[in-house]
Amino acid sequence: MYKILKKEVLAPTISLFDIEAPMVARSARAGQFVILRTIDEGERIPLTIADFDREKGTITCVFQEVGKTTKELAKFDVGDSLKDFVGPLGEPSHIENFGRVVVVGGGVGVAPIHPIARALKEAGNEVIGIIGARTGELLFWEDKLRSACTELRVTTDDGSYVRQGFVTDVLKEVIEEKGDIALCVAIGPLPMMRAVCNLTKEYNLKTIVSLNSIMVDGTGMCGCCRVTVGGQTKFACVDGPEFDGHQVDFAEMARRSVIYKEQEQIAMEHHQCTCGCGGGK
Amino acid sequence: MAVIPNKHPMPAQDPVVRAKNFNEVALGYDEETVVAEASRCLQCKKAPCRQGCPVEVDIPAFIKLASERDFAGAIKKLKEKNALPAVCGRVCPQENQCEKYCTVGKKNEPVGIGRIERFCADWELANGVLPQQVAEPTSKKVAIVGSGPSGLTCAADLAKLGHKVTIFEALHVAGGVLMYGIPEFRLPKAVVQAEVQNLKNLGVDIQVNAVVGKFATVDQLMEEGGFDAAFIGTGAGLPYFMNIPGENACGVYSANEFLTRTNLMKAYKFPDADTPIRVGKKVAVLGGGNVAMDAARTALRLGAEESWIVYRRSKTELPARHEEAEHAEEEGVKFAFLTSPTRIIYDDNYWVTGMECLRYELGEPDASGRRSPVPIEGSEFVIDVDTVVVAIGQGPNPLVPRTTKGLECNKKGNIIANLETGATSKPGVYAGGDVVTGAATVILAMGAGRTAAKSIHAYLSGK
Ligand SMILES: Cc1cc2nc3c(=O)[nH]c(=O)nc-3n(C[C@H](O)[C@H](O)[C@H](O)COP(=O)(O)OP(=O)(O)OC[C@H]3O[C@@H](n4cnc5c(N)ncnc54)[C@H](O)[C@@H]3O)c2cc1C
Ligand SMILES: Cc1cc2nc3c(=O)[nH]c(=O)nc-3n(C[C@H](O)[C@H](O)[C@H](O)COP(=O)(O)OP(=O)(O)OC[C@H]3O[C@@H](n4cnc5c(N)ncnc54)[C@H](O)[C@@H]3O)c2cc1C
Ligand code: SF4
Ligand code: FES
Repeated sequence: MYKILKKEVLAPTISLFDIEAPMVARSARAGQFVILRTIDEGERIPLTIADFDREKGTITCVFQEVGKTTKELAKFDVGDSLKDFVGPLGEPSHIENFGRVVVVGGGVGVAPIHPIARALKEAGNEVIGIIGARTGELLFWEDKLRSACTELRVTTDDGSYVRQGFVTDVLKEVIEEKGDIALCVAIGPLPMMRAVCNLTKEYNLKTIVSLNSIMVDGTGMCGCCRVTVGGQTKFACVDGPEFDGHQVDFAEMARRSVIYKEQEQIAMEHHQCTCGCGGGK
Repeated sequence: MAVIPNKHPMPAQDPVVRAKNFNEVALGYDEETVVAEASRCLQCKKAPCRQGCPVEVDIPAFIKLASERDFAGAIKKLKEKNALPAVCGRVCPQENQCEKYCTVGKKNEPVGIGRIERFCADWELANGVLPQQVAEPTSKKVAIVGSGPSGLTCAADLAKLGHKVTIFEALHVAGGVLMYGIPEFRLPKAVVQAEVQNLKNLGVDIQVNAVVGKFATVDQLMEEGGFDAAFIGTGAGLPYFMNIPGENACGVYSANEFLTRTNLMKAYKFPDADTPIRVGKKVAVLGGGNVAMDAARTALRLGAEESWIVYRRSKTELPARHEEAEHAEEEGVKFAFLTSPTRIIYDDNYWVTGMECLRYELGEPDASGRRSPVPIEGSEFVIDVDTVVVAIGQGPNPLVPRTTKGLECNKKGNIIANLETGATSKPGVYAGGDVVTGAATVILAMGAGRTAAKSIHAYLSGK
C-alpha cells in the first residue's frame, strides 16, 4: 500500500511523488491535503494534494526538504512504500465562476495552487497566474501553470530568471493593470501569504490563503492546528486549510509555527545521517 | 473462616521510580494472591455486584472459578459478557460499579473484582487465547466506523455471528482512546493490540487511515461499498477549550494533543521517535477527570518539575477513578482545588509564563447533585507555569454526523440512538459509545457496541 509510482526531482530540495492511494484519489479535490508517515514511529506530516488521478488511483505531492521527515522522504524511491497515508483531509477549495481571479504561488506553493487554478479555469474564470521563487533554479511547473491559467506571470526574488521582484510586486501590477478582480488565492510561505494579504487589503480584494499550521491527527481531535480567524479559534485541519486571509491572525500563526524549533534541530542532529540525506550537518 | 477485612494490595512500582518511567504502574496479582482475594467472595445468592456491572458479568461465577484456579473457565465466564476484560480490569471505575454494591464492602473493603478480572485476562494473554467459534458466513457486510471499545466489541460480536465486518479507523492504529488517550503506564498498548489481533483472527478487516466522511461518507459505504448495515462508534474526540484569553499561546495544549503526542506518537521516546512534545518545568492541568490525571502524571514522566491539577470543585467531587487520583498524588502531582483560570499570561514571544486564577467556594447543589462552584470575587492570583493542559472535556467529532444524510443529532452534536437497540434515525445505521452518550467509560461504550451488534444481527437476519 501507498507505493510510490513516480518520483521527479523538480528543483534542488523539491521533489514530486505520485503515490498509489485509490481510496484517497477517488474523492480528492483541489485544496485538500493528506497526512503521511514514512516509517513506524515517524511523524505525521501534512502535504497538500498537488494533483490526483482517479483512474490510476494516485495522488501527487510536491514537497520541500526542510527537516528530518521531509529529508527522509526525499530518500524514498519508486517502488518504495510509505507507512501511512491518509486523506483527503480538510475542506476543498470553493470553486465557482467569479469572473476574473488571480492565483499566486510562491516557492513550493506553486504545486498546490495548480489544481485550484485548473478548477477555477474549468469553472469559467479568467485566471491570471503569478508564480515566483527565491531563485530561478527553484522554480518548477511553469508549463503546467501556463496551461492551467489564462495568463501566467513569473518572477524571481533575485532576478535570475524572467524578472526580479516578489510575487507581491507582480500582483500589484496586475491589480493596477486589470482593475476589477473578484478573488485572489495565494499559497506559499507564511511571510509571502501575509504580504499578499497586506497588499490586497488596500485594494479590498478578497484573498484566500491555505494555512500550514502544525498538525498531528488532521481530523479535529487535538486542536494543535488552531488558528485565530476573525477573532475566533478555528482548527485548520477541518475548518480549513483555506481561510479568508484578511481575517487571519498571521502574527499568532507565525509564533505557533516555531513551537518545536529546538526539537526540530535536535531531531536533525540525532538523525546523524544514517541514510545519507545530509542530516546532522 | 475469619473475613480478611482489606483487599489484597495491588503490587505497584515504587512511586518515586515510576514517576519517571512509562512502564505499567499496577503490576497485577500473582496466582496465590488472586486465589486468596477470590476466596474473600461470599458467593452471595443475589450477587448485588452484578447490578453494578453495566454488562452484567456473572461475577460470583467467574470469581469462584478463579478461586479454584480454573482460570480458563473464569476467562470464559467473563468473556460471555465482557469482550475486553484485560482492558476493563485495568481501567473500569469499579468503585462506582460492581465493587460499590459488593456485600463484603458494607463493613470491610469490597472484593477486588477488577483485580481478579485483570489477572484472569492476563492469564489468557500469557497462555494463549482460547479459540473462539465463528458461525457460518452469512454474506452480509457491516461497516464499523471507529475502532474504540464500542467499535471493537460490535465488530467482534458480528464477526462471531458470521457477518463480514470491516472497521474504518481514522488514525494509523486501531483502539481509539485506548491507544491515543489512556497512557502506557495505565494500559499497556500491547494489551490493546492483543485484543485487536484477536479481532483479526476472527476475520475482521481493519482499515486504518480511513476517515469516514472524507474518503467516503456513510451513505457511500452503504450505496456503493455494498455494506448492508453500519455502526458508528466515533467517540468524543473533539477537545473543548476554556475560551479564556491567551489560550492559543505557545505551551497551551488540549489534553488530547498532549496525550496523543505522548501515547500514539510516542513523544516520550523523542528523538528516537520523531514527534516532539514540550513539557516545560511547571505544568498546570485544568480539570479533574481521568483525562486530567493522565495528563498530569504524563507531565511528570516527561520531566516536568512540578505538575498541578487545577480543579474548580473540591477533592470529593473529583470525577476521576479514585485509584488514579491516589496514584497521581503518590507520584507527586499537586492539587489546587476550588481554583479556575481566568486568563493565560504569555511573554513577547507568545510563550506561556503564568496563569491568572480565581478562587471558588462550593454553593448549592446543581442539576447533577454536586455542589456547584461559585467564584470568590476579587480573589485573583497568578501562578507561574510554562505549560497549560486543558482537560475540561470533549465533545463528539462532527465529521460523520455532518456528512450522513438523515442522521439525527442533539444540540450538543451527539448522535441520537435508542439506548436499548442502538438504532439511529437512519435505517440500517446504528451508533453507540461516547458519540451517543458524551464522554463516558470504556465499559459503557463496550456495552453499547454489544447491544448494537444484537440489533444489527436481527436487522440483517430479517433482510
Ligand atoms: C495543510 C498543510 C499542507 C502542507 N502542504 C505542503 C506541501 O504541499 N509541500 C510542502 O513541502 N510542505 C507542505 N506543508 C508543510 C509540511 O507539512 C512541513 O514542511 C513538514 O511537516 C516538515 O516536517 P520535517 O520533519 O521535515 O521538518 P521539521 O524540522 O519538523 O519542521 C520544519 C518546519 O515545518 C513545520 N512543521 C513541522 N512539523 C509539522 C507538522 N506536523 N505539521 C505541519 N507543519 C509542520 C514547522 O513550522 C517547522 O518549523 C504543509 C503543511 C500543512 C499543515
Ligand atoms: C485520557 C482518557 C482517559 C480515560 N480513562 C478512562 C478510564 O480510566 N476508565 C474508563 O472507563 N474510561 C476512561 N476514559 C473514557 C473512555 O476511554 C471512553 O469512554 C471510551 O474510549 C469511548 O469509546 P468509544 O468506542 O465510544 O470511542 P473512542 O475510544 O473515542 O474511539 C473512537 C474512534 O473512532 C475514530 N474516529 C473518529 N471519527 C472517525 C471517522 N470519521 N472515521 C473513522 N474513524 C473515526 C477515532 O479516531 C477513534 O479511534 C478515558 C478517556 C480519555 C480520553
Ligand atoms: S457482592 Fe461481593 S461478595 Fe457478593 S458475590 Fe459479588 S463480589 Fe462476591
Ligand atoms: S491537527 Fe489535530 S485538530 Fe487539527
